[in-house]
Amino acid sequence: MPACPLRQTRDPCVCYGQRVNRTETQARAEDVARAAYGKLIAMLASRSGDIIAAEDALADAFVAALKTWPERGIPEKPEAWLLTVAKNRRTDQARKDARLVITDEAETMADTQVMEPEETQLDERLKLLFVCAHPAIDEKIRTPLMLQTVLGLEAEQIAKAFLVSPTAMAQRLVRAKKKIKSAGIPFVVPEPEAFPERMGAVLEAVYGAYAIDWLEGDGDLSHEAFFLSTILAELAPENPEALGLTALIGFIEARRDARIKGGVLVPVPEQDINLWDSQLIERSASILTQASLKGRPGRFQLEAAIQSVHAARSVTGKTDWRALSQLYHGLLQTYPSIGGAVSRAAVVMEDAGPAEGLRILDLIEFDGLQQYQPFHAVRAHGLSQLNRIADAAEAYNTALSLCADDPSRRWLEEKIADLRKKMS
Amino acid sequence: MRYTFLLYSDPAMAANMTEEDWAKSKEVYGQYIGALQEAGVFIDTDWLHPADTATTVTLAGGEKRVQDGPFAETKETLGGFFAIEVENLDEALKWAEKCPHVHYGKLEIRASAMGSV
Repeated sequence: MPACPLRQTRDPCVCYGQRVNRTETQARAEDVARAAYGKLIAMLASRSGDIIAAEDALADAFVAALKTWPERGIPEKPEAWLLTVAKNRRTDQARKDARLVITDEAETMADTQVMEPEETQLDERLKLLFVCAHPAIDEKIRTPLMLQTVLGLEAEQIAKAFLVSPTAMAQRLVRAKKKIKSAGIPFVVPEPEAFPERMGAVLEAVYGAYAIDWLEGDGDLSHEAFFLSTILAELAPENPEALGLTALIGFIEARRDARIKGGVLVPVPEQDINLWDSQLIERSASILTQASLKGRPGRFQLEAAIQSVHAARSVTGKTDWRALSQLYHGLLQTYPSIGGAVSRAAVVMEDAGPAEGLRILDLIEFDGLQQYQPFHAVRAHGLSQLNRIADAAEAYNTALSLCADDPSRRWLEEKIADLRKKMS
Repeated sequence: MRYTFLLYSDPAMAANMTEEDWAKSKEVYGQYIGALQEAGVFIDTDWLHPADTATTVTLAGGEKRVQDGPFAETKETLGGFFAIEVENLDEALKWAEKCPHVHYGKLEIRASAMGSV
């Protein structure tokens, strides 16, 4: 079963229940739905405050598109078409709820409708982001809620990233959406005073979306996340973490063309600097400087600083492992995470040698460490440098068995092949 | 939207209040009610006798049962309420933060469900 193009699990198969051949039209419809999901939900929900009704209406509109587009061709403005049909459906539903009779579906009207201007669309999306980050919403569900409603991720993908069961995640998401409606949380971009309270969850969701899409996705979601990070930095220029996030994503985005070669992952220190976007690196560096002048360091600024050290290789020709080691130490004090801890061990390995790196790696205490692929890959790297070839091969194999994306899997396979040559 | 503020606190605190404390309390609540009225958002308020004087009734299960006391024994009990009419939860939160009750007890905000089904 392919993933539902509307990216929701409550009614995931509705799109595929239709007897429509998987044609170009359908692929196009799916593209539109994916790219515009958050935008459309935001525009549909902002007046009524009812996200669930907006999702249902959009799912209906998508089914209608699959029925109508193959016959009549793809409309000139597919997003506007979906929006109009969804709005009509919602009105029908409201009439039904009010026990009134409905007569026709008004789908033919859709072609003539125009989308609201870009600015309105953006504004609605920002409102939805801040609604999801409202203090009246359980802190733990804020980021998942944004990932689903604004960025269109499926509950299943979110559940995986947050290490909870898909059913539990879906239930929590529905509960939060109901609360937004029944408690009357307003769809507004809050006053700047409320930014500090809500910005953390918003930034985290945007970075989460970016990270999920980075190696596995088609790039749509990460472009959207980068775009939103830029907008947030413009909205809150006094918030150093908002600046930090857009700098961080900018540094990583600048390496997009260099990160995979022939389908195989290329680790940052080995990437061809000629493929890096030097303008984007400069822009990110200047935003990071602006952020650090505020004198309030935080997680995203530290992560951006780490990326800026990597980026400096394009000027100095080498990676400053000592600086990276210090920055990771700082990051772990501010924002302890399994990824940060394993990366720090990898950096120490380069700076102070494999034995010291492995020692740091063995000190890590995190739930799920044994299931965390990079832990085994870093361990394997250290062991191979110590010439413990058989142990290294075993660790690489463990990493391979846990690996979820193709570029990393091929990279691990190459490493294993190299070790085999050494062994024979 | 109509919101009700449910005011919960530990009744033991009221037991220790002096006459002076009561006078002061009446004054600050009076000011708060005045502010709500002035803003045109006030609907109703009440201050309730302690929970141990409560009578709880139910017909659930088909049979009338009357119980002496509140339905649940908790340290913090419902002591009063405010009902106000404002646009949204943010407005309600702003008024809730101004309620004198929040300095010693907990205030639960609930939106009215009338008309939602």
